[in-house]
Amino acid sequence: MIQSYRYRDLLSRHEMVECFEEGVTLVKLILREKEYEVKPGMTLLSALQKINIVPESVIATREGEMILDDEILKDGDMVKLIAVISGGSCHCEEWRNAPLLAMTGGYYEM
Amino acid sequence: MRQHKLALCKEHYLEWVPEQTERFIKKYEMFTHEEKILVAVSGGKDSLALWDILHRLGYQADGLYLGLGIDEGINYSHESQRLTEKFSDEHNLKLHVVDIEKEYGQPIPILAEVSHRGYGKPCAVCGLAKRHEMNRIARDLGYDVLATGHNLDDEAAVLFGNTLSWSSEYLLRQGPVLPASDGLARKVKPLCRFYEREMTAYSLARGIEYIYEECPFAEGSQSIYYKELLNQLETKRPGAKLTFYLRFLEARKRGDLFIEKNIERAHLHSCPKCGQPTSTEDLCSFCRMIEKTQNTVITQ
Repeated sequence: MIQSYRYRDLLSRHEMVECFEEGVTLVKLILREKEYEVKPGMTLLSALQKINIVPESVIATREGEMILDDEILKDGDMVKLIAVISGGSCHCEEWRNAPLLAMTGGYYEM
Repeated sequence: MRQHKLALCKEHYLEWVPEQTERFIKKYEMFTHEEKILVAVSGGKDSLALWDILHRLGYQADGLYLGLGIDEGINYSHESQRLTEKFSDEHNLKLHVVDIEKEYGQPIPILAEVSHRGYGKPCAVCGLAKRHEMNRIARDLGYDVLATGHNLDDEAAVLFGNTLSWSSEYLLRQGPVLPASDGLARKVKPLCRFYEREMTAYSLARGIEYIYEECPFAEGSQSIYYKELLNQLETKRPGAKLTFYLRFLEARKRGDLFIEKNIERAHLHSCPKCGQPTSTEDLCSFCRMIEKTQNTVITQ
């Protein structure tokens, strides 16, 4: 079950009321299990900056298609953000400090 | 792709990635079409993308999956193996599967606990086991080269960490190719110049199903922290990560790292105006600047 974390601080009460009164549906951005909402009309890049997500760390898709940083987000858009940083065990820092394999005679690589 | 000053549609992007990979394979003399390649696949986007690319380029590339026995409530190893096997079946590729628990009696987390290595995390033992097993299978089954899916972000993060600590031993060994030596297979990283974001885009565009969840032990790892820092830099300065890595490779190749260069001291003489030493032929740079500004004032 996805738990929704509405970041109301990003939209002031006034802005949310404004959207409601204008009949505008907010744009939803979802990263893992967190949901963010922004006003429509801004670029993806602006939206990511607004919700403090580094653009280089995610890829955005809308209706299954990748979208670029300069894409204008529209009323009611649902944007899925896919985290690109991988940190599986083979990338972990700790392996660097593992002792050299005796059989490798000093051969040590990632 | 601001770092390359290049924009491509999906169709051309899916052509560009393999073309660039082939270019890097040739540039760094990683392997040839006649050689047998063993690709270390983990079920993640990079290793599966690498396997896909090598297959599309016509290389003899088989996969090796290591079952580490990491569960932590999310069936991590089970799911990653399932996705790897699904990929190999769909593409009719040969996959070797080694289960650490079956081979050595215990899964990685237990081996780490019993051996008291890693300060509560199994990462040190995991890395050790993977290197050992990858080389063993490559050697025993007669593969010429072992390929891993390390991308530019991985390389830049490691380089960053090694530079912060000035680990010269690791710095001098880091690169796209680690040559073979007695009993050790050649190891290559064909994706080392691709951004992690580019590989994610490739996997998504190709419809490659990979494991989204991170290794449960990766949380809080230094490599992820360094990647986040470098991503912030990259956002402000597109191309920074690539420049960082490529200039390092160039410096290493030239032999500029950790060697005091014999710099021939420039011939100095006294500035005719102020008398301070200067390497320029006439006035020193300061006096020349002052003279220029004074001339400009007079003209006005």
